[in-house]
Amino acid sequence: MENPINPSVLDSWHFYSQMLRCRLFEKQVMRLWQEGAIPGEMHLSMGEEAIVVGIVDQLEDGDAMALDHRGTAPMLVRGVDPVLLLKEFMGRPDGLCGGMGGHMHLFSPEHHAASSGIVGSSGPAAVGFAIANQRLRPGKISAAFFGEGATNEGMMLESFNLAAAWKLPVMFVCKDNGLAVMTQSASVTGGNLMDRAKGFGLRTIDVNGGDVEAVWEIANKEITRLRNGEGPVFVHACCLHMEGHFLGDQLLRFEHPSMSATIKMVIPLVKAHVQSKGAPLRERTAVLMETLGSTRENVRKHRSKEGDPIPPLRKKLSSMDAEKLISIEEQVQKEIDTIIQQATMPVEQMGEQ
Amino acid sequence: MRTMNFGEAIEDALMQAMANDPNIIIMGEDVAGLRLNLRVRFGRNRVLNTPISEAGFVGAAVTAAMSGLRPLVEVSLVDFIGVTMDALLNHAAKVESFSGGNWKVPMVVRATCGGGYGDGGQHEQSLWGWLAHIPGLTVLVPSTPWDAGGLMIAALAHDGPVIYLEHKLLSEVWLDSLGGGSRNNVKFDVPLEGARGGVPKIWEPIPIGQGVIRRDGRDLTIVSLGVSVHRAIQAAAVLEKNGIFTEVIDLRSVAPLDKQLVIGSVSKTGRMLVVDEDYQGYGLSGELAAIVLEAGMSIKYSRVCTEDTIPFSRQLEYQTLPNVERIVESAVNLVNN
Repeated sequence: MENPINPSVLDSWHFYSQMLRCRLFEKQVMRLWQEGAIPGEMHLSMGEEAIVVGIVDQLEDGDAMALDHRGTAPMLVRGVDPVLLLKEFMGRPDGLCGGMGGHMHLFSPEHHAASSGIVGSSGPAAVGFAIANQRLRPGKISAAFFGEGATNEGMMLESFNLAAAWKLPVMFVCKDNGLAVMTQSASVTGGNLMDRAKGFGLRTIDVNGGDVEAVWEIANKEITRLRNGEGPVFVHACCLHMEGHFLGDQLLRFEHPSMSATIKMVIPLVKAHVQSKGAPLRERTAVLMETLGSTRENVRKHRSKEGDPIPPLRKKLSSMDAEKLISIEEQVQKEIDTIIQQATMPVEQMGEQ
Repeated sequence: MRTMNFGEAIEDALMQAMANDPNIIIMGEDVAGLRLNLRVRFGRNRVLNTPISEAGFVGAAVTAAMSGLRPLVEVSLVDFIGVTMDALLNHAAKVESFSGGNWKVPMVVRATCGGGYGDGGQHEQSLWGWLAHIPGLTVLVPSTPWDAGGLMIAALAHDGPVIYLEHKLLSEVWLDSLGGGSRNNVKFDVPLEGARGGVPKIWEPIPIGQGVIRRDGRDLTIVSLGVSVHRAIQAAAVLEKNGIFTEVIDLRSVAPLDKQLVIGSVSKTGRMLVVDEDYQGYGLSGELAAIVLEAGMSIKYSRVCTEDTIPFSRQLEYQTLPNVERIVESAVNLVNN
C-alpha cells in the first residue's frame, strides 16, 4: 500500500495505518509460527511500532537501515514486499532471500537494509553505511536499530565513538524494553544510557517510544540535521515487547504455568535450596525471592500492556473521525488478508496468478 | 544407575563440582534464569548474570582464572563466540606459552552448537574445528548425557582453557527455547540415545583426548562427534543390512585428538569416512586424513560435512547438515569403489 503522503508533514492517520499494518501482519506471522509453518525462533516488532514508523517512514532512497533481529516492521514500513517477507519467514525458495536467511537475516540491497542476529552488530553496520553515504550519496543517512541490551556490547560503544569522531550521519535508535533477553538490564548496566551516549559526543534525545507523533517529530528534526552534516544522534525510546523476547518466551510462560512444568521446576529448586555445601540459607532464599519478584513484575507488565503504542492513538483518532478510522482499519485488514493469501499459496499455483 | 536428560546431566555434574571446589564460578548471559538451581544453591557471588558483553566477560574470565578462580563462562551460542575471539585466540590460548609454562588459565567456555531446528546460519554453526585450530585450546563435544557430565567434570579440573560445546538437538531446554518455543507441531530429528541416558551416581572425569568406539565393524571406520555420531550409528545399521560392517568412533574431544584410536581402527578397516557437522574445508575432516597419512597408511577416505553456510529453510538445512542418507551413500561408494 503506497501512500502518496508528503513525508515532511505529520499525519497521524498515516502513522496509525502503518502501525496497524505492522501489527496485523505480525499477528499473522505469530499465527503461522504457532501453526508450525515458520520454523525456529521468531522475534516480533510488536510494541516497537511507534518507534519504527516514526523514524523509518521518513527514510528515502539511498538512506540505509542496520537492523537487529526484529527487522519485520522496519522492512515493512520501508516498503519491502510483505509477501516476499512472509515467504522468507516460512523458508520458501521464492522468499525475499530464497529461504536462506529467515526473519533474523533479512536483506534488501535496493533499500540499503541489512539485518543480523548478533546483538550489537547494527552499530558498526550503520557506521559503515554512513561512511559510504558520506562519500557516495551526500545527504543520505543511516539508522541503527538495537535494544538497550546491545549498548553493553563493545562494538556498539566503538560505533558511537566512530560516528562521533567522524561526524557521520548516523541515527542510533535504542529501543529500550528493560530486558536483555531474560535479564533485567538495570541489574547489569552501569550508569545511564543517555549519559553514556553523551560521553561519546553524540547528541542525545529521549522520547516516549509509545508515542508515534512524538517520535516522528523528533526524527523529523534530527534527520534534517543528519542530512545537513551536523553529526550523529542517539535516540533513546522506551517500549514494550508485547510477545516477550521471542515467541514462546520462557518468562511469559509463567503467565499460564502448566502443572507438570511447575512440578518439573520446583523439585530441583527445593533440592538446591536445602542441599549441603553451598551459599548460606539466607542467600539462597534471597535468590529465590528475587527471581519470584522479577517474574511477577514481568508477568504484570505483560498483562497490563502498558506502552502499547496503538490503543492511545486509536482512541485519539476515533474521537476525531470514527468513520474514517474504521475505513482505514478495513483497508489495512484487506491488504493483510491479500498478503497472507498470496504468501501462503502453494508454490505450484504461483504460475497461475 | 540414574537416567537423565543431557542438560540435566551437565547441571548435576556442575552441582557436584561446585560443591567440591568453591573456586568454580559461573558467568554468563541469562544464567540467573538458565542456571537458577545452581544460583539458588551457590548464591549470586558464584553464579553471575552478565550483560550481553561477551568480549568483556570472557576476557575477564581469562585473568580471573589466572588469579585463582575456575570460571565457567557461558556464551549462549557458539556463533556468538565471534564477538569474544580475541580473549580466546590471543589471551586464553597464549598465556601458558608466553609465561614459559609458569601461568595457567583454568577456564571453561560453555556454548551450545549445532543445527537441525531451523534457526539459520548465524545460530546453528559448530565451529569446533575452527576453535581447535588454535594451539592452547582444548575443545570437547559430548554426545551422551554420561559424557556430558564426565567431560564437564574433566573440563573444570583441567589446567588450561577448554571450550565445551553442547549440541542443541541433545539439549532439551535449548531446543525447546530456540526451536520449539513450546510448540508441539514442529518436529526435530533428536537422537534419543544422545538426549537421554544413564549417568553415574558420582561423576568421574572422562579423560580429555580419549575417544570411544560406539560400534564395532571391520569394513569401514566412521569417525564422528556430537549429534553426527548418532546419525552414523543409524547409518551403520542400514549399511549392515547391505553387508557392510561399520565401526563408529566418537571422538568426544577435537583437541587433543585421539589419534591412536583412529589409526588403530583405520588400520583394521582400511577405510575412513569422517562425518562432521562442522564446515568441511580446512578443518577436522582434513586433519583426520592428515594424521592417517602421517602414520604412513594408505587408505580410502571420504567425508560428509557441512560444505556451506547453513540455510534457514528446513528442507535446505536438512540437505546441508550431515544426514543418514548422505552417510550411507558415501559409505557405500567408499566400500564399493
